[in-house]
Amino acid sequence: METKFINTDTLPFCKGCGHTTISQNTEKALQKLGLDLLDVILVTDIGCHGIIDKAFDTHTVHGLHGRSVALASGVSAGINDPQKKVIVFIGDGGATIGMQHLLDAAHNGYNMTVVIHNNMLYGMTGGQPSEFTPEGFKTPTLPKGATHKGYDICALVAAAGAGYVSRITGIGDISGQLAEAFSRDGFSLVEVMEICPSYGIKSNPGMKLKSLIEEAGIEIRVYADNARQTYATEERQNLPTLFDPKLAIGQEFGHELDKAVRIFLSGTAGEGVQSAAEMMVRAGMRCGLHGTKKGSYPVTVGVGFSASNIILSPEPVLYTGAPNPDVVIITSEDGLKFAGKIVGGASEGTLLIIDSSLPEIHTGARVVRHHFREHVGGRNAMVMAMFEFVRQTKAIPMKALEKQFLEGKIGANEKLREQIKEVYFPAGIQES
Amino acid sequence: MTEALVRAGAEVFIGYPITPANNLYLYAGRRYPTFMAAPDEITTLQWMCGFSAAGKLPVTATSFPGFALMLESINMAYMMELPMVIILVQRLGPATGTATCGAQGDIGLLSGMLSGGYSLPVISTSGPDDCWEMADHALKTAVDLRTPVILLTSKEEVMTQFSFDLDSLAAIESVKREYYQDDEDFVPYRRDERGVPAFLPVSSKRHQVRYTASTHNEQGILEGITPAALSNTIRIHEKIEKNLDAYLHYEYSRASGAKTIVLAYGITANAAREAVASQNEAGVPVSLLIPKTMLPVPGLYLELLNSYENIVIAEENHTGLYGRILFGAAQPDNVHFVTKIGHMISPDEITEEVKKHGN
Repeated sequence: METKFINTDTLPFCKGCGHTTISQNTEKALQKLGLDLLDVILVTDIGCHGIIDKAFDTHTVHGLHGRSVALASGVSAGINDPQKKVIVFIGDGGATIGMQHLLDAAHNGYNMTVVIHNNMLYGMTGGQPSEFTPEGFKTPTLPKGATHKGYDICALVAAAGAGYVSRITGIGDISGQLAEAFSRDGFSLVEVMEICPSYGIKSNPGMKLKSLIEEAGIEIRVYADNARQTYATEERQNLPTLFDPKLAIGQEFGHELDKAVRIFLSGTAGEGVQSAAEMMVRAGMRCGLHGTKKGSYPVTVGVGFSASNIILSPEPVLYTGAPNPDVVIITSEDGLKFAGKIVGGASEGTLLIIDSSLPEIHTGARVVRHHFREHVGGRNAMVMAMFEFVRQTKAIPMKALEKQFLEGKIGANEKLREQIKEVYFPAGIQES
Repeated sequence: MTEALVRAGAEVFIGYPITPANNLYLYAGRRYPTFMAAPDEITTLQWMCGFSAAGKLPVTATSFPGFALMLESINMAYMMELPMVIILVQRLGPATGTATCGAQGDIGLLSGMLSGGYSLPVISTSGPDDCWEMADHALKTAVDLRTPVILLTSKEEVMTQFSFDLDSLAAIESVKREYYQDDEDFVPYRRDERGVPAFLPVSSKRHQVRYTASTHNEQGILEGITPAALSNTIRIHEKIEKNLDAYLHYEYSRASGAKTIVLAYGITANAAREAVASQNEAGVPVSLLIPKTMLPVPGLYLELLNSYENIVIAEENHTGLYGRILFGAAQPDNVHFVTKIGHMISPDEITEEVKKHGN
């Protein structure tokens, strides 16, 4: 037969190797299907089979050991064209390393056919056993033979959702079985059983492939034959910018700050500490200030303390650390525990705003106590504390915070609006 | 970073979530035309290589534990010469370290990440503006030189919200990719005058394309250690080194009469800016070098540094990693370090070291 896909009469494999059978039958199968040379992308793994690239005139991609299926998944999803045929050649060693990639590709239905060259050992490195080595099969490094059955990769990928899966014996004309797999949309896999002429036969003298398969209980059959959709890569066009000008905050107010103020907020997870901090920075931005915010909380974000460092500054903020904040605001026991060291070391220059429910503490800071929790409950204590911060420091006009509060999500809470009004705007609150 | 990369032409984000890179993953889902959730970091890089070979421009973001898993595949991407951007958000190590603590502990790893000691372009962000500008440069460099590029940042940069002026952001144009157009067979690793091969995706209907990780000749054929294959390996290295000027980014503020220069990058650069400004305001002239193109090391940095009597290097690790890359194991007596782990280096700590050595 005249070859179209393979460019040589001399394939690089040992005499009697099943890899030659697979390559030659791949040529035949692709011809049967009438595929164009450049519609085929052959992705090869590391191992003896992987040196076949140069013999193929298709597109070829030769990657790392065990990773060819993941690489081919990227190629397939990247091309995103079901008319292209992505074929992966991989050995039993590569399939052992890249087992997860096989399951993942089957699961997602990436458009490709994986051909596992299962010669039951690692041929390129001296005949070590793989996870596919059948029970009793000897290799140069396993002279007593494998003590347990090899992986049933066909059952595994079928369970993972592969559309078409078969195990075949790599003797004679296997082009029909390969063509069957190549013709499928989505993920298909053919495991071709071989015996390595260099290490397999030498370690198991007289052993024949067919009898080995029978004795080891390896099933030669189709494992899955379902119509499955090919993975289609989503390519979303004209997504909205993250920098929607409508979200921009312009300057509406002035401010009295002549230098940066560093504020440390410390409270309990789930009590709106981060939202209150963000509200404060946004209010500062309404006054033409620069601002930064960063949160601290345990890995389990819904329990324990929740703290936030914010900086409001008339100049762009450079260093964002605040080992000695100008203001510390604490609204709960969790918050006090977390901020204990800072509070303990604070000096007169620090303002501590703390909820009245918390115990007396030893600190050099100037302390302002307020009934935040009693007035608005734990959930909104930090929001209210922001108003107290502005009242105490006059860092920004109270009306700037008021506006940010009312226009933000937090201010949608009618009861809270009333409670804030009662304390901070006895003369009336500007309704939005 | 996300907005800048997409505007610059990035088409796909592939990632596995890891603190402190998660914000990049979250925003990616809203902004990249294609978003792929990979089951692990090895798969991430392999998928990226596949997408890149198919002509798409992929981005990922990770931190050391994930990056460590990617290493072999990054070596592959380097050898295949596949454009992509890998954002490395540094956190405190070794091993899993402390996921929510910032650090600058990975530049040593990056300088030795390619077997053979070759370099990928490593571009660092030193402040919020750089998240915009350097992200754009990283993607354009990846395409320009047909190479993976590392965009180096850290927890405190990615997990701190900054106010910024929308109007101050320079316009970013989408990268124009030029594919091989000739009728002659495509030779996937044939150098142009800059040492950069032309590009074609594996979906080409006109020419055969080969991508190969192992040592290969210009056709992409494995040849072992033939002169053609070895010279191709050296050509890839030279492509990155000799075109350094095309992606050389740094800030240098020379203070007249200064005998001391401070070098800081990444998160520490902002502290250094404050420290140096305060010294200069106090009448003590101190110069400042903020490298953004970290690797390969531009010779210019050493020229600038060596023109001062005292060099103060500030970086958030214990061993002075970048200083060692710059000056080697035998540190000159005039090189002084401000190092720290677990907390950001403060402007005061840098100032204190500067004061020890006069101006």
